[in-house]
Parts: sequence; C-alpha cells; structure tokens
Amino acid sequence: MATTRIVVPATAKKGQIIEIKTLVQHPMITGHGRDNVGKPIPRDIINAFVVTYGGEKVFRADLFPGVAANPFFAFSTIATVTGEIVFTWTDDQGVETVEKRQLTVI
Amino acid sequence: MTTKQHPLRPLTRRPVLAGLASLAALSGVRLAHAADSGPEQLARGIAEITKGATVLPGRVKLELPELAENGNSVSMTIVVESPQSAADHVRTIHVISEKNPIADVVKFHIGPRAGRARVQSSIRLADTQRVVALAEMSDGRFWSGEASVIVALAACIDAG
Amino acid sequence: MRWSVIFSAAVLVLCVVSARGQTTRPEPPRPGREFQSAETRRLEADEAANPGLLWLEQGKSLWSKPEGTAAKSCAGCHGGDVAGAMQGVATRYPAVDPASGRLLNIEGRINQCRTERQGAPKLPYEHASLLALTTLVTHASRGLPRAIRIDGPARPFFDLGHRFYVERQGQLNVACAQCHDAIVGKRLRGDTISQGQTDGWPAYRLEWQSLGSLQRRLRACSLGVRAEILDFDAPEYLALELYLAWRGGELPLSAPGVRR
Repeated sequence: MATTRIVVPATAKKGQIIEIKTLVQHPMITGHGRDNVGKPIPRDIINAFVVTYGGEKVFRADLFPGVAANPFFAFSTIATVTGEIVFTWTDDQGVETVEKRQLTVI
Repeated sequence: MTTKQHPLRPLTRRPVLAGLASLAALSGVRLAHAADSGPEQLARGIAEITKGATVLPGRVKLELPELAENGNSVSMTIVVESPQSAADHVRTIHVISEKNPIADVVKFHIGPRAGRARVQSSIRLADTQRVVALAEMSDGRFWSGEASVIVALAACIDAG
Repeated sequence: MRWSVIFSAAVLVLCVVSARGQTTRPEPPRPGREFQSAETRRLEADEAANPGLLWLEQGKSLWSKPEGTAAKSCAGCHGGDVAGAMQGVATRYPAVDPASGRLLNIEGRINQCRTERQGAPKLPYEHASLLALTTLVTHASRGLPRAIRIDGPARPFFDLGHRFYVERQGQLNVACAQCHDAIVGKRLRGDTISQGQTDGWPAYRLEWQSLGSLQRRLRACSLGVRAEILDFDAPEYLALELYLAWRGGELPLSAPGVRR
C-alpha cells in the first residue's frame, strides 16, 4: 500500500459541491528510461484511480506515463448523503492502494 | 560490432551500415515516436479519441504555465463550461501531448455528480510543446482547448 | 625589546584573529522559495498538492512503529504527539553531541536514537524511512527561526564550513560564495541564483521527482562545479550544513520545500 495524502471535508451541506484533493506516493517509472549500462527500465506506473461515494463511482482517471510522479488529482463531487468515500489506486502489477473517508452530510 | 580495423583506415560501407542499424534498433521505440511527434502526433491522438465525431474549439480552458521550470512536473487545471447536469455534461476530459513519447497523458471520467467540470493534476512535458484537452460530452460531441508550454531545463543537467 | 615592534606584532595578531572570525551573512536572508518560479512557490504553499507532504505522512506512521532489538517506537520515548514533542528540535541542529563530540545533523540525531536507544541499524541517506522521519522532525519546527550554536565546541565545525564555502573548488574552480553571495538574483541558464539558504530542506526536488536530503543537494552542488563528490556525512558537508544554517539567520524553517 502506497502512502497517500487526502484532503476532503469531514462534513458538508446537502447539495454543496465539495472539492477533493489527493496525492499518492509513486515514482511513475515511464518505461522510456535506461539504467547506467543502457538497459531499458521497465514501465511501472499507477494506471487507474477510482473514487466511489456511497458505492457509486463519482470520479475516475486513466493515467499514462505522462502523469507526474507522486500523482496529484483535484476534482469535485456533490454532497448527497452521509456515506463513505473510497479511493482506489491501481498499479501496473494490479496492486491496489485503498483509502476510505467518511463524509457526513447535514 | 566487433570488426577490428586500423584506427586510421577509412570506414567502409558495411560497418557503417551495421552500426547505423544497431543504433536504430537500440533506439527503435524512441525513433518511432520521434518521427510521429509534433502536429501529426496531436492530429492522430485527436482522431483516435474522437473517431470522426465533431470537434468544436471552445468551452475548454486548459491552464498550464507559459514557462515550466521543470518538465518533470507541470501543474494543470482544466475547466469546461458545462451545466454538468444529467442532460448535458462532460463525460470525459482527454489530455494529449504534442511531443511526449506517448500522445495520451491522462483521462478524467466525470459525470453529473461532479457538480462542475473542473479537474487538476500535474503532468510531465518532455519538451516545449502544445497540449490539447478534449471534453467528450454526453451528446457525443467534443469541445477542445489548447495551451503552449515552454519547458526549461535545470541549470545543472544531470543534477545528482 | 622595542615597544613599537611588540605593538606592531600585537596588531598583526589581532588582525589575523579577527579576520578568521570575521564572516558576513546576507542581510536580509532570503528563503530558497523566493528563487523558484511562481508555480513552484504555489506548489510548496499548497497543503494538498505539495508532494513533499507524502513523506510527512510516511513519517507520521513510522513514529509509532516499534523498531530494533529494543522493539521501541519513537512514540515510546517521545510520546504520541509528535508535533508537540518535536516542536523546536530541528531549530537547534546541526549541533555538537556532548557525549561523542561529533557534529550531528537531524539525520545523525535520528540514527543515534536508532542505534543507541532502539537497537536498530543505522538508516542510510535517501532511505525512504530516514527521509520520512527527517521531514517529520523538521516539519514540527515549521515557522520557527533557527537557534543553533556556533561557539564553544561548535566553533571548529563552523570554521571548517566557512572555509569550504569560500574556497574555490572543482574543475570550474568556483567557490560557493562567488555565486551565492556575489551574484544572487542573476541567471544561470534558466535558473535564478539563490543565496543557498537551507530553510526549506528536506525538499521535494522536481529534478529528482522525489523528496531528498540536504546532503543530496550539496553533493549535487559539488557535481555542478565538477568537484569531487564527497561521501554522505563527509565532515565538510556536515560542517557546511552548520555554516549554512548560521547563514540563514532568523529565517523560519519551512520544510518540506519544493524546488526545481
């Protein structure tokens, strides 16, 4: 599981558009580079980021090697009901990093 | 290439061609992209995404700095003018690069639950180039926006 | 003996002594972030987007992780409230360790805790855990001015650091002072030359696509002037860290910074 940093409000008013910002620690190795003896360094990136809220997908990103290391995303979602926001990052090996945050809607 | 020759003997055709061939093979992947990169890469990238659908310039504000201090990480904000309602919303924002080894940079899939069509990320830019953002709408049409970025190199290349 | 000779000799000695002790620092000291692009400055200031903060998050989880033969965590001695326990600590480093007489930077102090109190092996520079803990400790002093000592046992280290700073080095045959004192604000290719202040370190360097230690940056400086790159923890780099900390005067610490 990679280290993450998520900025999301803990509470929001119903109907309010909330801003969510996420960071995940990953070198995002492009696959274009070579090591010190000229051997290609294989690609190793996070290629997918999915966010669900109350079980429904509210944001998805397809990442290619052109995304900077330690990928950052900011996006928005409407606060509908109190529920869990689940963040899932998946890398080229299929390894997932999952984080959960509770959002209380008043 | 293991041909041993007197260092001052003029190069004959065969070793030169063999050398060039191995050079091309070594850099095969990069050569393929390099030949493509530029306006052709953008056009091809747009065609692959839109598959002949209408592309209208406008509504997409692609914010990138005019001058990027380091191409390893360039902050990007994309805002699309859209009600983001169930009837009329941005489905996907595609970001394509003119000169990166790969045209596709990132795709954002959003929907009516986003409330507004605004996303941010940090991208890599291999060189000074144009970047295009395509907003794929719920009605199948595409809006587009573009930005040009000058990418500076670190003063000390190979910066440890 | 002629009094005039004694008097002249005394004046000469005084001049030499005061010249050795005389070293100026920039006034006002300007933090490293002022010499980055506006975009890089914005990234540093953004509490959600500054990538260096990932190492802070890592450090937070390491703080309560038991380590070594003693199976002790940092929290085991310092308590769970790392921000409270470590507030102000980083402002006093580099400092001379009274027991060993060695000059310790933050990394050295962390490793001393590991080897002597946790029974854990020393962490090498740029190891993810050492970067994370260094970020955690320096972040706890964010906004606080430095409070280092350059007198007493620290003096010889300070003098060594000063000498390293003013002596020409490398194939380019330049001294740190020739750029970072004499031509601050001028351009080196696309970069604006800074004062070389260390207030923002450890920092996330865009060039490295990672957070890295101050010593990694100093080694890159050696590379930049085509001088011999000394080992991590070389006495010269440690002494230079102390000298540079002094050069910063009252500059508040601001780690993790973001640099190009």
